[in-house]
Amino acid sequence: MSKRRVVITGMGAVTPIGNTVEEFWKGLTEGRNGVDLITLFDTKDHVTKFAAEVKGFDPTAYIDRKEARRMDRFCQFAVAASKMAVEDAGISAQTHDPNRVGVIIGSGIGGFISFEETFETYLQKGPQRISPFFIPMLIIDIAAGHVAILHGFKGPNYATVSACATGSHAIGAAFMHVQRGDADAMVCGGSEASICRVGVAGFNVMKALSTRNDDYKHASRPFDKMRDGFVMGEGSGIIILEELETAKQRGAKIYAEIVGIGFTDDAYHITAPAEGGEGAARAMQAALNDAGLKPEAIGYINAHGTSTEYNDKNETAAIKTVFGEHAKNLIVSSTKSMTGHLLGAAGAVECIATALAVQRGMIPPTINYEVPDEACDLNYAPNKAVAKELSCALNNTFGFGGHNTCIAVKKYIS
Amino acid sequence: MTREEIEKKVKEIIVKKLGVTESEVTPTASYVEDLGADSLDQVELVMEFEDTFGLGEKIPEEEAAKLTTVGSTVEFLMAKLGK
Repeated sequence: MSKRRVVITGMGAVTPIGNTVEEFWKGLTEGRNGVDLITLFDTKDHVTKFAAEVKGFDPTAYIDRKEARRMDRFCQFAVAASKMAVEDAGISAQTHDPNRVGVIIGSGIGGFISFEETFETYLQKGPQRISPFFIPMLIIDIAAGHVAILHGFKGPNYATVSACATGSHAIGAAFMHVQRGDADAMVCGGSEASICRVGVAGFNVMKALSTRNDDYKHASRPFDKMRDGFVMGEGSGIIILEELETAKQRGAKIYAEIVGIGFTDDAYHITAPAEGGEGAARAMQAALNDAGLKPEAIGYINAHGTSTEYNDKNETAAIKTVFGEHAKNLIVSSTKSMTGHLLGAAGAVECIATALAVQRGMIPPTINYEVPDEACDLNYAPNKAVAKELSCALNNTFGFGGHNTCIAVKKYIS
Repeated sequence: MTREEIEKKVKEIIVKKLGVTESEVTPTASYVEDLGADSLDQVELVMEFEDTFGLGEKIPEEEAAKLTTVGSTVEFLMAKLGK
């Protein structure tokens, strides 16, 4: 029996360059820069003073005021993006058997801001005065729980956690549930809101963040020789994955098809990627194998491209390992140049970017690309979107812990 | 503190914490039945009453369990603070 096919029928996004999918896409194709000085807290003691914050987000536009108050910012992003995705797909507990619709939403860290604020209350007022909502605001899986309650979806429901690969693992897990037949539709993706005092300080002391305070608009510069670290971002991306026949029967619009996933680990170092991107290469090869695609079928790779020294050169090496001669025909771009690094949400918003690139034949650029690096010598779609008909594309994400994921997306032709 | 002052503050807390409108906060309104509170909301309300009315952590659990309506809360606070 052939495998059930899995298509994307809805999308929702809250990002530093747009709080809807279409606004996000417009930002991507225009090369919009989402990086600015941090407003969420006072950065006077912090080394890095900028990030890519979500701007003008009003949770009560999507969530009842009382419920919104019980959610951490990461959860508000996820619930808002889910609502947009569910409405976009036109699915509900009526259109589908609710027992066969599930939710998988991950986050790298979860309710980090709530943790920080609560611990301050704890220190000032003691253990009996912290909020009874603290634990349900903190835990990562609560976003999937809220979405299930809101929409009445009773199928498989949990969170994935794998640092910056989280969003892709959520999508990959949802893909497997639909393919296996556990569910006919899945709400899936990632969310992150870690731009807080301890969060920025933590990444700073690791030397992971860019410190280009005097020129922060050009700080996120993946694959450029002058890159000096990543720029923190925040937000959420959520997609609806649906079994193809179910989607066709109800006349759903179809953005693209997910045709393969590849998950590996470096087994090398807690934060640094393996030499030559060895684990990343295996993830890309695994996704191609799962999809039954030859490397030559791929026209675009939405790279992990974090703008760190190690990621960008190792990811480049990994792409060359997998694609050989074809690597120079590929376009590889990092949308993190515009959105910053959304950590646990990165894989999800970048899956949206990849699917729209394939659907619309338009590749988002890598902005801030100025100085070529001999260790990064592919075509990174520098500074301008590229119109190119695509049959298939890959989306890479890698996370601390050595996690590597790759998702293969194919243009859907009815 | 006068009854009016206590009532006003209690109302404000309930409106803020439970996201209800002021007109719903009548003396007989039950937190759970009428105002949609769950067990976690009730814990938070008691904490907020303690903080706002300077009771420290002085509302014992068995007393707190009896604060099921707006009216019973106002009466309890009157007994503690009223004049």
